[in-house]
Amino acid sequence: MKNIRLVAQVVLKESIRRKDFYVLFVLTAVICLVMGSVTFYHDNQIVRYLKEICLLLIWISTLVIAITMAARQIPVERESRTIFPLLAKPISRTQALLGKFFGCWIAIAAALSAFYIFFGLMAMSKEHSWPLANYFQAVWLHWIMLGVVIAMSLLGSLAFSAVSANVTICFVAVTFILMLGRHLENVAMGVGEPVRSLLQVLFYAMPHLEFFDVRDLVIHDWPPLHWLTCAKATAYGFVYGAFFLVAACLLFRRRPL
Amino acid sequence: MHGTTQTENQAPAPPQAKDVVRIEHLRVEFRSRELRQESKVAVKDLSFRVGSGEVFGFLGPNGAGKTTTMNVLLGFVNASSGEAYLFGRNVREPIARQRIGYLPELTYYYKFLNAEELLRFYAGIFNIPRGEVERRLDSVLKLVELEHARKRLIKTYSKGMQQRVGLAQALINNPDLLVLDEPTSGLDPVGRMKVRAIIERLKNEGKTIFFSSHELGEVETVCDRVVILHEGELKEEGSVKGLVDKYQCNLEQVFLKVIGFQPEQL
Repeated sequence: MKNIRLVAQVVLKESIRRKDFYVLFVLTAVICLVMGSVTFYHDNQIVRYLKEICLLLIWISTLVIAITMAARQIPVERESRTIFPLLAKPISRTQALLGKFFGCWIAIAAALSAFYIFFGLMAMSKEHSWPLANYFQAVWLHWIMLGVVIAMSLLGSLAFSAVSANVTICFVAVTFILMLGRHLENVAMGVGEPVRSLLQVLFYAMPHLEFFDVRDLVIHDWPPLHWLTCAKATAYGFVYGAFFLVAACLLFRRRPL
Repeated sequence: MHGTTQTENQAPAPPQAKDVVRIEHLRVEFRSRELRQESKVAVKDLSFRVGSGEVFGFLGPNGAGKTTTMNVLLGFVNASSGEAYLFGRNVREPIARQRIGYLPELTYYYKFLNAEELLRFYAGIFNIPRGEVERRLDSVLKLVELEHARKRLIKTYSKGMQQRVGLAQALINNPDLLVLDEPTSGLDPVGRMKVRAIIERLKNEGKTIFFSSHELGEVETVCDRVVILHEGELKEEGSVKGLVDKYQCNLEQVFLKVIGFQPEQL
């Protein structure tokens, strides 16, 4: 456990000292502040569009940070040969990989907090309300979803040789799941065999990341989800995260450095 | 032993000495990912031992299998067959690496950390008590003459300083066995002298040193015993003095004779 914490701390330090997060945060903030300063059509509900765009930017930014950060962890360690002095110490590969995972996940939690605090302050300045339960559920489920994405990217970084290939594949897969995942079963019903079976298998096997997308709760101030639903989604995320991590550990243990 | 020119002066580790490193019938084969390409055997049936307190030179031309053998010892590569032990423990167990320090060849450390942070990180992995960490940190940074640069990010270090921070991380746990993979490679003469002086000092402290180098003059000065590897096989093993006496020439010429190099080949 201590070794996992130590590796996670190094990942955190690296993420703090790199500029990726700051660039994306400033970019998101500038876009949202410029949009928020303009009044369109004197429509009081325009703030919802603003919130929607701001949340979309947060989703894109955090996905970029999570995937690029996780995908480069092991390959960069290999390329710069820092992995050799690390694994020459009494630390197992599983501990090193879990440390990388938790480091990325905690770093993304810090980034998410910064993004959502900015978003909350901006929304509150326009609406003078801050539905805490909605915000908590949105941030929590977003974080769980990013945990699955980080685990998937770590697995990809061990399966594919190039970082760029892994990042591209992860982005395509995540975008596909978020945009088309929920419609895949309907698509399957409209095609013949064997494609139908294949699509159905894919539908039930893939992690449905769209389950974690509760932006509408925040945008439209809908009542929060039932907490049991939230807990089920969390458990669902943990299962997929654990699956990807176990696969990554098995792959990492078998591969020569 | 599985050499082709086994001699009387192969001088295995004294029987009373405890084996720090033990390699038995090691074979490492790399399977090619390309279709129709044969797998490559990097190490063939290699066996040797290193006793406590020895300075052991691990020699061979490029591609002889030295780094692969070291990688097996450090758990980076799994052996296809045979076993390797450190302090009597199988190298597959992470705890086998508790008492070793490793300095890789031309390695870069986390550039976003400073020397102090890097050493604290590694000290944590060795589970060194907090109070002791401060003392060790001061001691190794003083030894490698990096006290003045302890708060500077490693990315600002020169090559020689990076090699010395490498040596510091290898010594942070006060190891009983030091594995040094070409420790003076790429250093200028001053840097080499400094690293060599540190190795001499560690030798005098009674550390076991497993040492791979192409600098045969350096090996001749520092090592008690050597093995010479060629094409994955152990070709010669013995004390430096014994080999020099046997071949009636210096270690460099012994090396060239053992690997079958003819000057006319040039």
